[in-house]
Amino acid sequence: MATPVPSHLLRSDIATAGEARSALSTAAAPSLADRRVRGIGFKDVTVAYGGLVVLDALTLEVRSGEIVALIGPSGSGKTTALRAVAGFVRPTRGRITIGDRDVTNIAPYARNIGMVVQNYALFPHMRAEENVAFGLRARGASQAVLRERVAESLRLVGMEAYAKRYPRELSGGQQQRVAIARALAIRPQVLLLDEPLSALDAQIRRSMLDELAKLHRELPSLTVLYVTHDQTEALTLADHIGIMRDGKLIAFGASRSLYRHPPNRFSAEFLGRANLLPVTSVQPIGRGLAEVRFGEAVLAATNPHGLPQGADCLLCVRPHDLRLRQGEGGHNALAGIVESVQWQGEANSIVLDVEGHRLRLTCAPLGEPPEPGTPLALAFDPHVVTLVPETSGD
Amino acid sequence: MTDLSVASSPASPRLPNDVWAAPPLLVLAALFFYPLSLILRQALFGDEGAFTLSHFGEVVGSPLFLDGLHHTLVIAVSATAGCLLLGFILSLVIAFVPFPGARLVGRLIDTFIALPTFLVALAFTFIYGSSGLLNESLMRLLHLPLPPIDFLYSQWGVILSEVTVYTPFVMRPLLAAFSLIEASQIEVASSLGASPLRIIGQIILPAALPALIAGGSLCLLLTVNEFGIVLFIGAKDVITLPLLIYDKAIQEFDYTTACVIAVVNVALSLGLYSLYRLAVAHFAGSRAGLV
Repeated sequence: MATPVPSHLLRSDIATAGEARSALSTAAAPSLADRRVRGIGFKDVTVAYGGLVVLDALTLEVRSGEIVALIGPSGSGKTTALRAVAGFVRPTRGRITIGDRDVTNIAPYARNIGMVVQNYALFPHMRAEENVAFGLRARGASQAVLRERVAESLRLVGMEAYAKRYPRELSGGQQQRVAIARALAIRPQVLLLDEPLSALDAQIRRSMLDELAKLHRELPSLTVLYVTHDQTEALTLADHIGIMRDGKLIAFGASRSLYRHPPNRFSAEFLGRANLLPVTSVQPIGRGLAEVRFGEAVLAATNPHGLPQGADCLLCVRPHDLRLRQGEGGHNALAGIVESVQWQGEANSIVLDVEGHRLRLTCAPLGEPPEPGTPLALAFDPHVVTLVPETSGD
Repeated sequence: MTDLSVASSPASPRLPNDVWAAPPLLVLAALFFYPLSLILRQALFGDEGAFTLSHFGEVVGSPLFLDGLHHTLVIAVSATAGCLLLGFILSLVIAFVPFPGARLVGRLIDTFIALPTFLVALAFTFIYGSSGLLNESLMRLLHLPLPPIDFLYSQWGVILSEVTVYTPFVMRPLLAAFSLIEASQIEVASSLGASPLRIIGQIILPAALPALIAGGSLCLLLTVNEFGIVLFIGAKDVITLPLLIYDKAIQEFDYTTACVIAVVNVALSLGLYSLYRLAVAHFAGSRAGLV
């Protein structure tokens, strides 16, 4: 599952943008085996509009059959990166490859990509089946191939019963299914998904997310670049996630690893709303753990980034990794004062003040939730919390 | 306690809708229907005052009328086709090919709508006329004794002038229609392998069809009735129905013949207008939302 980027990642399964870049340079002379699995490659890709850099020296490789999600806030450059692969944005510097082919200067229609966008972009004067057949006709497919592929693609997204309908006769979710079938019908080398679920309501979005995951299980060789600002979509679907900010890739890694061990503050906050406590690293205590000091308390946490002794860093604790405990003291224990308690149906969310720092905890619904102002003792498993360098990721 | 219902004044009686409709109808009748009825009366009753269709028979069967009708239709259809082609290409460039000043060009083309039609014909005489800029330059350059460009004072001069004047009438609805096409549709079509020509033919053209029909119909109506350009160009042997009406009424004082031709011209315009309405109804009704 590793990309050439993370050969290094394989050791710690963590990579920052810098690591991704250096790893790609090692892929400059790939082996034959590497070439077979290459999907999309960005090498030092920069996009600027009139001097304003919107994508800054992006170097990244998506392996064949992999889903890579690019996430980040608005204006972070993630959509620009996707549009550069599609050919709608011309890089001012760098190269883009699809498979073994350098497509940097190739017209969009010659790139063999499928694309699905937020607003579906179905052709309103064509029926669902005509929309799906559009790409095949453009490529001069025979009638027999056309019929077979259209039926197959519509079946794949469960829309065969709606083949004769016009887009205006379909719901948002159905339209997006047709858009996906249209992109898949041409059997693209790569599928580009640009916030494909953003226009759907929450319930349909969840069901479409399941459908996309199922689709990828059925088409395991399909390379997907998925752009979203929704971390749940990225975590659910992607094998690897790239986090972008201000046109730069500031973190890249396997989804689970990136979530567990974010390489910088921004990644920790953007992916999963982590609690971050300022701590000072004291000493390594073996098995990848380090002792840290938080005020008077001595705590243990994983140190995947190898932060040196005495370094000021952040302790990253996910809200669901904190657990309530009876009494005070003990290992990895914290004490705080309850600020607020929210019942969220399937969970309780409790906000505490721990030595002047706000901490969020989520747990199963409590029979008797604590009242605001009452003291509460917390603990966590040192293996699920991580030390993060006190950097923004730039 | 005061009874408020007693204190309140009775509601003023509402005027029926027919009363409100009467003033504009009266104005319309005085300014439009009455003069039109006078033309129809003259065509059907002539100077003698007795109803007869013989005037129609004589005028409609005459070579002069048939020649006028022929020229009117050829010029109107050719100019409309030219407007559609030029308008479509120019609108495509302005809407989809980003270049500095595209918006300004759009605005400039708009201003053509506000100009009197004969102004273009006048400008063309300065450029393409016998003593115009082009001919004088060519004669000087190539040492020619006679002007080499000689199309302005023909049917083609009229058509070129009308195309220049009426192309903005096609472009306005087209640019509005193009602005409604989502850029993502074009991008997705391109990503699916469609060449620019296929995108124009299969995505842009169907979306622009109602605008093309509306603009084209308007052009056809205006060119069928165009008078100023034809008069100003003064092309030899090119006489259209409006020009024929002018000749008969103003130069020959033959009001009956002029009125007969006017009735035919009005019928032709109304027929074209009906076709336009049918086309619009077709796209706005049975195929609503498709284009």
